[in-house]
Amino acid sequence: MPHQLLWLIFLLPLFSFIIISFVLRPFCNDKPQLGGYTTIAAIGGSFVISVFALFAVMANSGHALPVPDIEWVLIEGGVSIHLGLLVDPLTAVMLIVVTVVSLMVQIYSQGYMHGDAGYHRYFAFMSLFTASMLGLVLADNLVFMFVFWEGVGLCSYLLIGFWFHKPSAANAAKKAFIVTRLGDFGFLAGILALYFNTGTFDIAMLHELAVTGAISGTILTWVAIGVFSGAVGKSAQFPLHVWLPDAMEGPTPVSALIHAATMVAAGVFLVARTFPLFEHSMEAMTTVAIIGGFTAIFAASIGLVMTDIKRVLAYSTISQLGYMMLGLGTGGVAIGIFHLFNHAFFKALLFLGAGSVNHATGTFDMRQMGGLRKVMPWTYATFVIASLSLAGVWPLAGFWSKDEILASSLASQPILFYLALITVFMTAFYMFRAIFMTFGGEYRGGAPEAHGHPHESPPVMVVPMVILAVLAVVSGFWNVNGQFSAFMGHGAGHGPGFFAVLTHPLPLLSLVVAILGIVLAYAMYSAKWLSAERIRGMFGPIHTVLAHKYWFDELYEDVFVRKSMINGFFAGLQQFDTNVVDGTVNGVADGTIAGGRALRQIQTGQLQLYGLFIGIGILAIMLSVLFFG
Amino acid sequence: MLVGLEHYLILSTVLFAIGLYGALSKRNAIIILMSIEIMLVAVSIALVAFSRYIVPLALTGQVFVIFIMVVAAAEAAVGLAIIIAIYRGYETIDATKINLMKW
Amino acid sequence: MGLAIAFWILAIVSVAAALAVVLLRDIFRAALALILCFLTIAGLYVTLSADFLAAVQVLIYVGAIAILIILAIMLTREVQRGGLTNKLQIPVLVVVVLLLGALIYTMVSTPWAVSTAMPLVPTTPVLAGKLFGEGGFILVVEMAAVLLLVAILGAIVLVREK
Repeated sequence: MPHQLLWLIFLLPLFSFIIISFVLRPFCNDKPQLGGYTTIAAIGGSFVISVFALFAVMANSGHALPVPDIEWVLIEGGVSIHLGLLVDPLTAVMLIVVTVVSLMVQIYSQGYMHGDAGYHRYFAFMSLFTASMLGLVLADNLVFMFVFWEGVGLCSYLLIGFWFHKPSAANAAKKAFIVTRLGDFGFLAGILALYFNTGTFDIAMLHELAVTGAISGTILTWVAIGVFSGAVGKSAQFPLHVWLPDAMEGPTPVSALIHAATMVAAGVFLVARTFPLFEHSMEAMTTVAIIGGFTAIFAASIGLVMTDIKRVLAYSTISQLGYMMLGLGTGGVAIGIFHLFNHAFFKALLFLGAGSVNHATGTFDMRQMGGLRKVMPWTYATFVIASLSLAGVWPLAGFWSKDEILASSLASQPILFYLALITVFMTAFYMFRAIFMTFGGEYRGGAPEAHGHPHESPPVMVVPMVILAVLAVVSGFWNVNGQFSAFMGHGAGHGPGFFAVLTHPLPLLSLVVAILGIVLAYAMYSAKWLSAERIRGMFGPIHTVLAHKYWFDELYEDVFVRKSMINGFFAGLQQFDTNVVDGTVNGVADGTIAGGRALRQIQTGQLQLYGLFIGIGILAIMLSVLFFG
Repeated sequence: MLVGLEHYLILSTVLFAIGLYGALSKRNAIIILMSIEIMLVAVSIALVAFSRYIVPLALTGQVFVIFIMVVAAAEAAVGLAIIIAIYRGYETIDATKINLMKW
Repeated sequence: MGLAIAFWILAIVSVAAALAVVLLRDIFRAALALILCFLTIAGLYVTLSADFLAAVQVLIYVGAIAILIILAIMLTREVQRGGLTNKLQIPVLVVVVLLLGALIYTMVSTPWAVSTAMPLVPTTPVLAGKLFGEGGFILVVEMAAVLLLVAILGAIVLVREK
């Protein structure tokens, strides 16, 4: 396929952004639906090309497609940066994920955002985001990728703070940007360190460089850690996880697209992309695995006690991203990316379902919902399918990828395996707790200002959910016999086989643990055999810790930001500015004035004094000539 | 004893020094002008002495002195005109009182 | 021999007259001392064989400039006091003495290339040739004429009644 089409993959949404911003919004503001159509057409086009690209890579037996690059920056005797595309199996998979989820979310948004005053702005930013994400995936060198990395972060800021007149949304957007910035700083440091040691930004060369030892031990580890810190920020791993729950202030389709399926997956993608760096540094791999594993259980534990349905899903996302990092750190690119692939579909679906519920009841607080399964059957059905997939119930998609991760973590870091297994239990529990609280029982009224009875969402919102539900079921089958691993270049496929759950102990164990979680949730929230309040009473202190999210927000905001930075460091800087900087400038001015005032005494207006000075001057010249020749 | 070049030069220097002292330290503007004339005369003597003792046949120094006299006359005329104009305006010819250019 | 005596007498009188100009309290007497100084200078020109110059010195300096100065003294009679000094007296004295010393030292220690040729007498024709003749200073003469014109005009403008 002609390589110019590959450039169109991310250029089409970019053009959509430009058209909406400069043509539709100023001139066609009375026809807001045009913005939606433009975006959907552009992303639809990208999706079609991505499918062709996938088949082309498959036909090329898993090697990257040749794409000639464009020279971008050429500084004499030094820096030369090219713009190019790298289309290998990893890219092809990510392209499918991003375009499919984005397309479904755009279609859904037409219903969800209907009537909103910022409709055009929303679709413009959505197009820009999709363009940046696709560019990030396609980029073939780290600088090009970093540009899109920042673009994705920018769009996240713009979309989280979409309803910017709400202070909570504006603060959440700022928080997201600043926290990911911390990670990006490490990422940039890693890129520069890599450049200074190897002279290249090119990703395709990373494998050779790491193998031939062009980058040596400690430098390699530090570069890998730097790159990983960028991933920690973007993928909301511990300790930079605090921004993602707050990011739920944005519109729900935004959460579905950005904070479930794509942008947060960019961190995982980055680690996969630069995997040669990690492969050759044991410390970096271990770091990735440990942070991933810890984050998984950490976030899942907080998700157990959340009452806002989007917060539950946010912590679930953080936890699942931890799983992906664990997979990357212990098993390799194929395992982590396969989980990313599956997770994108069912997590996006879960968010869209939450949005649908919000559309009907006007609230996100699960304590005010209930009984919705009777009035919103489609939403209920797709939500349950997605939850089962997330919990890892055979034979849905999540089972296959989660099983792989558990297997590889058992093989390399057994402690993490146990943590991961506990997380499976927690995941199943909190998802079904959410389901039973939201859809089970009787309707508890919804938001105080809601309009009476909830009803099913319009087809424009339901159809994308159904499509994603189908994908949530079947996407796992790609690796049933190991074709995905083979496609990603990781050895011959050693897939477990469709009925492996019956023959191998590990898949069976994970399935049982998941079902236990579902049963416990049922017991506490549906059949009410156990009282949730009594259990909360028994585990009082633990519940408090979890409900306060381990006090991390308070730690960051109060201790770090307010006390040390604002009152301490920044106040000190302000003193410095006032006294030293301003003092110097004013001092110079005052000194000049004083000097002038002193010097003007010479100007007496009497020529005889001036004549005397002339005489002194002549005398001085004469004496110097006489004495010094 | 024979009078040589140095004698004339030293005379010229002494006259010049006296003129300089008068020009810089006197209050009366007319005295200042007279001192300036003394300085000019002193220089003329030095020039004629050089001309006589070093190149007696060229007479260049004397030509120079003729022009110095021209300039001295013109300058005296203008200077006195200025002094009279100031006297008309300020009723004084005390040089220390004329200080409009003071800061 | 006679030349030496004439030189010394004239030199001492001229220095005394100059000092009188600067130090006398009565300004009119100072002007008269100035005339004496000019006359002795004319005598010194004669000892230097500059006869034409001596005549011109008397004509111009004594005959014109000194008269002009006395005219100005007459016009500003009420307010003058000669001999008063401003507050710069001491520094000026110091500078002048130092300058005097430096100049005398220079003059005495420089080996002048004194020639032994006899001076020309009379000098008038030679001067005329130098001023107005071939390869002479005719341009400077013209400029001097313009300068005098400008001075006359300037003096008239400065003192005319508005």
